[in-house]
Amino acid sequence: MRHGKYPFILAFLLPPVGIYAIYMLSPYIQAIYISMTDWSGFTSSQTFIGFDNYVAMWHDDQLRTALRNNLILVLVVPVLTLLLGLFFASMLNVGGRRRGGAVTGVRGASIYKVVYFFPQVLSVAIIGIVFKYVFAPENAGGILNRVLGAVGLGGLQRLWLAEPNYLIWIVVLVMTWSFVGFYVVLFSAAMQSIPRDIYEAALLDGSSRLTTFRKITVPLVWDTVQVGWVYMAIQAMDGFATVHIMLGINGGVQGAGDVLGIAMYREAFSEADFGYAAAIGVLMLILTMVVSIVFMRGLRRERVELA
Amino acid sequence: MSSSIERTPAAAGTDRRTFLQRVALTGVALGPGGAFLASCATGGGDDDDDAASPAPTGDVSDDNPLGIPTDQPLEIYIFDGGFGDAYATELHQPMFAERWPDVTIEHRAAVDIGAELQPRFVAGDPPDFVNNSGDGQMDTATLVADGLLYDLSPLYDAPSWDDPNVTVRDSLLPGTIESGTFNGTPYVFNYAFTVFGTWYNKTLMDENGWPVPTTWQEMMDVCADIAAAGIAPWVYQGVTAPRYMNWPLLAMAAKLAGPEILVAIDNLEPGAWGNEAVKESAAAIRQLAENSYFLPGVEGMEFRDAQGLWARGQAVFCPSGSWLENEEADAIAENETFELAMMPDPLLSPDAVMPLETVRATAGEPYIIPADAKNPLAAMEYMRVMLSMDAARGFSERVTSLTAVVGASDGVQIDAPGLSSAQAALQAAGTNVVNWFYPVWYPTMENPGIDQVTAALLRAEITVDQWVEQCEAVATTIRDDDSITKQTRES
Repeated sequence: MRHGKYPFILAFLLPPVGIYAIYMLSPYIQAIYISMTDWSGFTSSQTFIGFDNYVAMWHDDQLRTALRNNLILVLVVPVLTLLLGLFFASMLNVGGRRRGGAVTGVRGASIYKVVYFFPQVLSVAIIGIVFKYVFAPENAGGILNRVLGAVGLGGLQRLWLAEPNYLIWIVVLVMTWSFVGFYVVLFSAAMQSIPRDIYEAALLDGSSRLTTFRKITVPLVWDTVQVGWVYMAIQAMDGFATVHIMLGINGGVQGAGDVLGIAMYREAFSEADFGYAAAIGVLMLILTMVVSIVFMRGLRRERVELA
Repeated sequence: MSSSIERTPAAAGTDRRTFLQRVALTGVALGPGGAFLASCATGGGDDDDDAASPAPTGDVSDDNPLGIPTDQPLEIYIFDGGFGDAYATELHQPMFAERWPDVTIEHRAAVDIGAELQPRFVAGDPPDFVNNSGDGQMDTATLVADGLLYDLSPLYDAPSWDDPNVTVRDSLLPGTIESGTFNGTPYVFNYAFTVFGTWYNKTLMDENGWPVPTTWQEMMDVCADIAAAGIAPWVYQGVTAPRYMNWPLLAMAAKLAGPEILVAIDNLEPGAWGNEAVKESAAAIRQLAENSYFLPGVEGMEFRDAQGLWARGQAVFCPSGSWLENEEADAIAENETFELAMMPDPLLSPDAVMPLETVRATAGEPYIIPADAKNPLAAMEYMRVMLSMDAARGFSERVTSLTAVVGASDGVQIDAPGLSSAQAALQAAGTNVVNWFYPVWYPTMENPGIDQVTAALLRAEITVDQWVEQCEAVATTIRDDDSITKQTRES
């Protein structure tokens, strides 16, 4: 192998590395360069303006709103989804009454598993449009207000999408709803691999449901939780499709539901300022990397070997 | 490294050789990528040579006033949206081909114009003629600021298709060329003509004997009657586009104090939004909210839902342009007795400067010729064809829209009751046609800027004075932003 070893290795390495460089690395580098220009997106050349776009970003109030909303999404959506996902998954797998000593899920678990997965097979566009009508005014087909009226809670009816303070929380709700199903299935798979005798031993020792959940289920699926957490945080960092469809390109009333992805799209394609949009993109890149590193580090735990 | 050291004892020399080998290999690896980089977005422009090469021309004569080359191809991009593209392929292109049989027309249609053409603009290789319209419309102000559009002055100075003694300029409705002019140069040719006004449910008005209001006082009286009958008097485009209410607001202000106030607003003059007439008009619009004359919940609705409820008889008045009838065709078709009509916005005071018949109307549906087009003169000739009487009339018949050509829709029997009322209103207006340009010049000033401020006014969350203050703040932001190219107009 000595002679011709490098050519041999290179022959195999070059195509994938080349493709990676052209389609992954070069766009990153170009985006960073574009972020330091005032490119409109139409001309064949750009004017270099240094860090002006980044300075402008610092003074952009709308971008602050978007950043705050992204922060809310990154913190709240994963927590809600994970808690719900873990809860539902454990109910489906180990939460049932003991029948003949076996550890099983609640009655009808196999049906629930399918039902929970429904949102995952719907495209984001459909989810966005459906939820737009959930929160619409009653006379325009608003489901939520109609239900509230029907059960005698008319006092809680609101013009949900016209109220700046509610917008981002509506997005949180919709994103959580659409994510939970996938994580239920993911965690279910992880829980299936936990040996049943561990549960049985714990139950024999007289531990309660909550204790088994805390001391056995959670530690043994922690790896999966960690992966899910990072993945979800990155999804929440985006939030583009949901917000764009439900609230429009300006992020809803007074721009209160804006997120970074929308701000970037708006700057690039509606305001023809690719330079500024690229700067927002670089900001998103940095934030996404920070978020994943923080989450990976923060959640690191001793790995438990299953026998 | 260790293996290469083993291979030859002369370590230093080999190291250098290995290093050089690797440099060479790296060069090979980067080679194709480097070439790729040069040809992509940030590769820099090397098309200046192309731009410098003069556009092909032909001999100028009475038959060929623009002097187009008679044997060069012409590439045309039509937006395949509400108007479709059959009007181009079946009407305009045959007319062009008949006169210029040796010019090959390469026709293309696209739904997302920007997505298809933006890369071609970047590459310096755009088509010759672009119908820059629809959701994927490229921002005109930016194209102009970047110097990417062709000056259309020769077209407007050329004799018209039908009559050599009348220039194209004189065959167009007032305001048409201005609507596509940026700092004195016409870059955009707007073909269709849109009339704006207040649209009302004629069936309901007739059934209940409610008069069409001509003054704001009458409007308030009619609204009181309508509300008493359990119907919402007004609707607007909800959470999507509250800015539609700016249209009656500014039109009524212009009627009260004259079109100069609109010039001041367009020119971003400080205090333009604080003009007494504008304030009076804003106060009038705010009364609709104060008296709960808007459809309940409209501020949280999608515009199509709000307009749909209007077309289904849940509200009487709706601000819009003459596209409304097409847009709500489905809802309108549900009820055969439903008839809509357009009225000019009412007068705020009997001593208004402009007559009641004054309407806001403007040419829309933009067509452009890129500065880098290979055959710009033929593209202009194509525009001249479109502006002929036959082509314009055929367009009106096919797509149910008025055009910017004077008299082209006169003989056209328009079956749609809404559009024919708009046509009548436009004729009654004569030269009393107003328009404002800041939404085209500064898109972000209109939306989300003024749009969101007016939304708050329509919810009666802010006073008229606060509205003025916030509109002024929006205008100031635009005025102080050096990165935005400013436009001005005299009248």
